[in-house]
Amino acid sequence: MKLGMIGAALAVALMGTSAFAQETRLTIATVNNPDMITMQRLSAEYTAANPDVKLDWVVLPENELRAKVTTDIATKAGAYDILTIGTYEVPIWGKLGWLVPFDDVPADYDIEDVFPLVRAGLSVDDKLFAMPFYGESSFTMYRKDLFEAAGIEMPEQPTWEQVKEWAAKLHDPANKQYGICLRGLPGWGENMAIISTMGNTFGARYFDEEWKPELNSEEWKTAVGFYVDLVNNYGPPGVTGNGHLENRTLFAGGNCAMWMDATSAAGYMFNKDESKVVDTVAFTNAPVGPVPKGNHWLWAWSLAIPATSQNAEAAKDFIYWATSKEYIQKVATENGWAAVPPGTRKSTYAEPEYIKLPFTQPTLDAMNTADPTDPTAKPVPYVGIQYAPIPEFQAIGTELGRAIAGAVAGQTTVEQALDNAQAAADRIMQEAGYY
Amino acid sequence: MKRSHLGHAVLGHGLAFLMFFPILWMIITAFKTEIDAFSMPPILFFEPTLSSLNEVFARGSYSKFVTNSIIAALGSTLLCLLFAIPAAYQMSFFPSKRTNGTLLWMISTKMMPAVGVIIPIYLIFQAAGLLDHIMGLVLIFFLMNLPLAVWMLYTYFKEIPNEILEAARVDGAGIVEELRFILLPAAIPGIASTALLCTILAWNESFWSLQLTASNAAPLTVFIASFKAAEGMFWAKMSGASMLAIGPIVLLGWAMQRHLVRGLTFGAVK
Amino acid sequence: MAASLQGQGGTAVAGRGLAKKAWSRQRWTMLALIAPAVGVLLVWMIVPLAMTIYYAFHRYNVLYPERFGFAGFRNFSLLLNDPMFWGAMGKTLILVGASLIVTVVLGIILALVLEKDFPGRSIARLMALAPFFVMPVVAALVWKNMLMHPVYGLLSWILGTIGLPVVDWFQNWPMTAIVIIIAWQWTPFAMLVFLTSLQSMPEEQKEAAWLDGANAVQMFFKIILPHLSRAITAVVMIESIFFLSIFAEIFTTTGGGPGQATTTLSYIIYTRAFLEWNVGSASAGGLFAVILANIVAIFLIRLVARNMQNPEKFG
Repeated sequence: MKLGMIGAALAVALMGTSAFAQETRLTIATVNNPDMITMQRLSAEYTAANPDVKLDWVVLPENELRAKVTTDIATKAGAYDILTIGTYEVPIWGKLGWLVPFDDVPADYDIEDVFPLVRAGLSVDDKLFAMPFYGESSFTMYRKDLFEAAGIEMPEQPTWEQVKEWAAKLHDPANKQYGICLRGLPGWGENMAIISTMGNTFGARYFDEEWKPELNSEEWKTAVGFYVDLVNNYGPPGVTGNGHLENRTLFAGGNCAMWMDATSAAGYMFNKDESKVVDTVAFTNAPVGPVPKGNHWLWAWSLAIPATSQNAEAAKDFIYWATSKEYIQKVATENGWAAVPPGTRKSTYAEPEYIKLPFTQPTLDAMNTADPTDPTAKPVPYVGIQYAPIPEFQAIGTELGRAIAGAVAGQTTVEQALDNAQAAADRIMQEAGYY
Repeated sequence: MKRSHLGHAVLGHGLAFLMFFPILWMIITAFKTEIDAFSMPPILFFEPTLSSLNEVFARGSYSKFVTNSIIAALGSTLLCLLFAIPAAYQMSFFPSKRTNGTLLWMISTKMMPAVGVIIPIYLIFQAAGLLDHIMGLVLIFFLMNLPLAVWMLYTYFKEIPNEILEAARVDGAGIVEELRFILLPAAIPGIASTALLCTILAWNESFWSLQLTASNAAPLTVFIASFKAAEGMFWAKMSGASMLAIGPIVLLGWAMQRHLVRGLTFGAVK
Repeated sequence: MAASLQGQGGTAVAGRGLAKKAWSRQRWTMLALIAPAVGVLLVWMIVPLAMTIYYAFHRYNVLYPERFGFAGFRNFSLLLNDPMFWGAMGKTLILVGASLIVTVVLGIILALVLEKDFPGRSIARLMALAPFFVMPVVAALVWKNMLMHPVYGLLSWILGTIGLPVVDWFQNWPMTAIVIIIAWQWTPFAMLVFLTSLQSMPEEQKEAAWLDGANAVQMFFKIILPHLSRAITAVVMIESIFFLSIFAEIFTTTGGGPGQATTTLSYIIYTRAFLEWNVGSASAGGLFAVILANIVAIFLIRLVARNMQNPEKFG
């Protein structure tokens, strides 16, 4: 491969770039989320239309992929041409000069069609460093049949206090019906996604204006205490093992009365092969606490090109294809509108077939109001709702997530857990030289 | 006596079944639909379907992963034997004061945790062009297993009576002939079980193989990782992929288990 | 064994009797036999170790390559002052110790049962052996999801059916759950070594041990266990090398949690290297892991070395 690439580069240098029909191999690193698996399947159409391009897929779970791709890009090993990364990495890596900017987006791609908040999340100094493949915010999914039976009316904007009340009412563990399902699996992209939004709306923040971590503040204690109490009393067993997908399975299996999670999960609830709640699921805003801010997150899985890629132009072409309107249409014809990659383009939501699905309008509202520049009650030095886009956050968020899981499991109190996480965060920030 | 015989057979099969059960359950699940795989109470009688396996095959080129695994496991094992047999022969038949120390030192090289040295090794591999190259994996697995191979062979060779070799030496056989015609035939169970152990360890190694490969050299441990996490709740597909990943090595292990029972002595046989 | 020892003595005498030239040629041959293995292992040990020591004294974060510089003992002192680090040391020892005990005990039981002939014994052996061939990641996935899942797992269904409370393995018994997975994979290995060892026991002794039912327990402790002692040492030695660096099982199931319940030394090094990208700290942790491994090893090697040097003890 390496030799081949050098050979190809030499040949190109010798012959000039014109009329050279060398096969281009693109190595694509991607997470194994179902939308990406669909992309891998549909890419056969792309290679059929571009016979000189061959695609090599590296499909891994999020954590493994992040570790590999970061090592690769930081050491300039250059094994990949296309990376699947999120709104957390793009600003950091873009700033480091690790990514190829998209500064010549073709007109027919219609970049204005892409949600502005998503575009902003993928830009550094107004330069776009990645194209969104699917975007998500978070909201409340609930079972309208159970709510009706219990005589509860779901308002458009529930509060966490109300949620707790309802969860208590609807919790029936003997029949494997749990009041509330929330992520509990430790990780900054797992339990911390939901807990961050709870922290925001309870008035907490990750760092003060001087980048000093504030993880054991009173606000965090209240928020985390509320969370631990909620999942331990009204959640399914094994909360600390449940990430996004485990909860999705529980909810689709009809085991949860409420689930606050990614808007992108809603489409699966309408897949009759997987879901028992096709007719009973309903959607509303993510709950708020005392502070009506930062209660729903913003995230976009996006495709980017590392600066080390030898095939940046070919890679761009593929990315334009995979994030285009046409691609979305293609998925719609293949798998139905409920399964299209959500949260990236206005035109998707202008599609009459799509917007009449029950989850699309709430998703659109959430996407349009999730403002990463103003997530917290007190001022913060970062832009991001459920994360702070600094390299250290990954470790800090994971430490905090693990500590909270420990509190859920009853190994420590909430106070101890937050004190431990604060100590770890303090060490990490000090070592990184913030203060 | 007869009843105790029967009792013993029941006990033996019962325990063995308990050990095997997780694998059996995985195989059964691989032939279920996703919905059946989840059903509680568990469904025992169902119409087997190949749909999950088909999807696993459609997702990626299993043949590429399995080829890489075979090359990496067998290549590293061959190298191991090539280096370990002469060393073990020397240490067991011509021991010196240093032999014990050398052996213990060799084993101690296995104690460096992979996670602690991965970044230095990654940088070396990058400089040498071994990243995502199957030879890189062969090399790593070879180094990883060599100490164990030397030790196993050493303990096995020690049980071979020296007289056999001496008789050959009297007949004027050189060292190569002695190794090839006298020692190797006598040591087949030991060599076979060493080779099998090295192959198993290389086949199942997941940390190095995940970090040091991308697409070209990725073995089955990477294949299985792609069905992890996000697919954690797609148990039928996960089971199908798992079955495909462990199938070859389990069959090989079973085929050679007779040697394993005779060869894994670690000097523990009187 | 005794015979082969005498044989070796004979060789040594013969060696001394050889002409000087032949002797020196033989020395070269000896060197040629062992040098390749020793050579590659020497490189394999020195290069990573030297690099690890080098990085352990440097400030090096993969994400900030420009901030590279000498750090003195800072990486070590930060690590030693981190309560999590000492906890991880303890967790590592607990994990290794518990897994060793379980595999050895179960391995002996299985070996004793499967050593005696009964109809279909070879099939039973194959079944019992199979877990050893299973990839750690696969083992962890199967146990975590299909067997130990608190809602959909088979074990929770079985417990529920017989009226017992459902056990939430990875939340309330994380270490136990991981030890179970490890033991499942490694018990067959222990069983194999014990089987090999049992087979070398004289028939009459075994017959006596099994026939005298009244004294089965005594026989076990007086005859079988002493016979197995060397095999046990070997199993303990090999397994501790692997258990000290257990990683995939933890990574796949608990991710070191909940809290720090399953954060072992390898896992802490992993988080330093791949979450914080702090190569300096990870390297310092790596050196501590080597030290810990060597402490454990010295303890074990003493046992093994004693056995290797006094083979006549095993009569």
